[in-house]
Amino acid sequence: MEKFAVLNGLVAPLDRENVDTDAIIPKQFLKSIHRTGFGAFCFDEWRYLDRGYIGIDPASRKLNPDFELNRARYQGASILLARKNFGCGSSREHAPWALEQYGIRAIIAPSFADIFFNNCFKSGLLPIMLPEQVIGQLFAEVEANEGYRLTVDLEQQAVTTPSGETIPFKVDPFRRHRLLNGLDDIGETLLEADAIAAFEKVHLARSPWLDYRPAD
Amino acid sequence: MGKTLYEKVWDAHVVKQGDDGSCLIYIDRHIMHEVTSPQAFEGLKLAGRKVWRTSSVIATPDHNVPTTERSKGIDDEISALQVSTLVDNCADHGIPFFSLEDRRQGIVHVIGPEQGATLPGTTIVCGDSHTSTHGAFGALAFGIGTSDVEHVMATQCMLMKKSRNMLVRVEGTPAAGVTAKDIVLHVIGVIGTAGGSGHTIEFAGSAIRGLSMEGRMTVCNMAIEAGARAGMIAVDETTINYLKGRPYAPAGADWDAAVVSWRGLHSDPDAVFDRVVEINASTIEPQVSWGTSPEMVLPVSGRIPDPAAERDPGWREAMERALTYMGLEPNTPIGDIAIDKVFIGSCTNSRIEDLRAAARVVEGRRVAANVSLAMVVPGSGLVKAQAEQEGLDRIFLAAGFEWREPGCSMCLGMNNDRLAAGERCASTSNRNFEGRQGAGGRTHLVSPQMAAAAAVSGHFVDARSLA
Repeated sequence: MEKFAVLNGLVAPLDRENVDTDAIIPKQFLKSIHRTGFGAFCFDEWRYLDRGYIGIDPASRKLNPDFELNRARYQGASILLARKNFGCGSSREHAPWALEQYGIRAIIAPSFADIFFNNCFKSGLLPIMLPEQVIGQLFAEVEANEGYRLTVDLEQQAVTTPSGETIPFKVDPFRRHRLLNGLDDIGETLLEADAIAAFEKVHLARSPWLDYRPAD
Repeated sequence: MGKTLYEKVWDAHVVKQGDDGSCLIYIDRHIMHEVTSPQAFEGLKLAGRKVWRTSSVIATPDHNVPTTERSKGIDDEISALQVSTLVDNCADHGIPFFSLEDRRQGIVHVIGPEQGATLPGTTIVCGDSHTSTHGAFGALAFGIGTSDVEHVMATQCMLMKKSRNMLVRVEGTPAAGVTAKDIVLHVIGVIGTAGGSGHTIEFAGSAIRGLSMEGRMTVCNMAIEAGARAGMIAVDETTINYLKGRPYAPAGADWDAAVVSWRGLHSDPDAVFDRVVEINASTIEPQVSWGTSPEMVLPVSGRIPDPAAERDPGWREAMERALTYMGLEPNTPIGDIAIDKVFIGSCTNSRIEDLRAAARVVEGRRVAANVSLAMVVPGSGLVKAQAEQEGLDRIFLAAGFEWREPGCSMCLGMNNDRLAAGERCASTSNRNFEGRQGAGGRTHLVSPQMAAAAAVSGHFVDARSLA
């Protein structure tokens, strides 16, 4: 996983509540057995006027001019400004993969759905929760200022606006530590392999049926 | 201080507690399907890692399989590759696998309980958000992403933070014809799609205790639609009776020992919840969703709400957007909404009891002329066989329904079972998001009875009026 330190990036707004994972990456792309190739299909049904599928020629696509992220001023954005309950719905990690491969590294919203929030950290994507009032103010500033950029400092847990205002945020220490250092979650957990094995021995002795494998 | 049901199961699975609020939680059961696992297996392979405990896993294809005749395989090459990748991965790692030809194949959240692989007091994960279903058995069950699928395969653990406790107490006797689906849709309408975020919801109260296991699964299934990663229900005789004799359930002396420990799986009287919501079951009517979020739901006697009367600007905008997408006018009576398709199936409502309830409404009637497709997709091969033994298939077929092979089907439309743009569907599934059942498709979430009633009437109607 890529380390996340300090990000200075263009901000793109997505001004709607309850953006679900079906919208972030529609079902037909979940047929892929690969971890990459989703960026071109991020927000596919909103972003394009035609219907996408795996293998479609990107050059043939018709962009939806009404979709806010298609506006010229938001091209190259790496910070997504969103509304509450972002990422609700399914557990598909294809959603953070699609966002990350589209170019997003941080999402700022008043709240996130639990599974999506957790999945983001696994993909090197930083979800930042800020109060609704602050989010409202950021939406206004983005709208008013073309080329609006924010600086996200995970170490300091602070977002800095172009005017120099610093907005603090909080990330769980264990998630922050792993993202800052780009650590492999599994490798870290396997450092505890002996503790897991010891727990398992007692646990399965108490409930041996958990290890039961019926004959076919 | 007493413990909640959630705390009891959590505490029994803590391998290690970090001083930073994180916990390493041991996972008893891992259920796997073709869509969210291939990248996890690839990750294992690249790192040269093995599956920690293969007896913890059961796997089957469900999301991306055809529900039409499939004995000659899957036509769509991309889907066929995804399914064969699961076959190969399970064979390589020695993971128990139910193939498409196996009668035990079906939707992961139907077959886990059916096989007795879903047991009280256990921790259960699956790369699917509706894993919350299994909480109906007093298990702690939740959906995970693909990285965590790999993590659990490699370590048998999840690294996570304890969630808060929420109690949804549903007291009273629901009116006849009001189902578990109506109860849970009503709850989501009350607390909202983010109402349970950060919480594990325990569903309790006399109305929940009065439900069958099938009904309890329907309720816990949709906990995620209320924002809660996990929903749980205390163990009682209904739970224990359901499990006895199932293939993966303990037997003999193990059964007796298990039952003793399971009986303690309820919240203590003095347990403290962070949030409590009280619901009166006796006032709940059959529900119909009208918008593009499960919280946009109304009683069947209701009318489409008017955004102009809404004061909250964010919600007003969401309502306007939903009505535009759904092609609905404010103040339209729900009963005036005509439908094009009917889907009875999904991990929410495809169990034998659901099919029986729908068949009772359908029997002796015909699918309305304006309904172009009405389909029943049983949750598993065993549910299908049971239904056929009871003659339910003949009732559906005689009425003009299609009777399909098991899978997730039109709940998410990964296979060919989809809505076309603008088509309106009465669906027993769990999500009415934009495009969920097909780009531009319009989903109304209902119970099996209500879907059946809509099929034979051509529009929404209180199923009780057809009884």
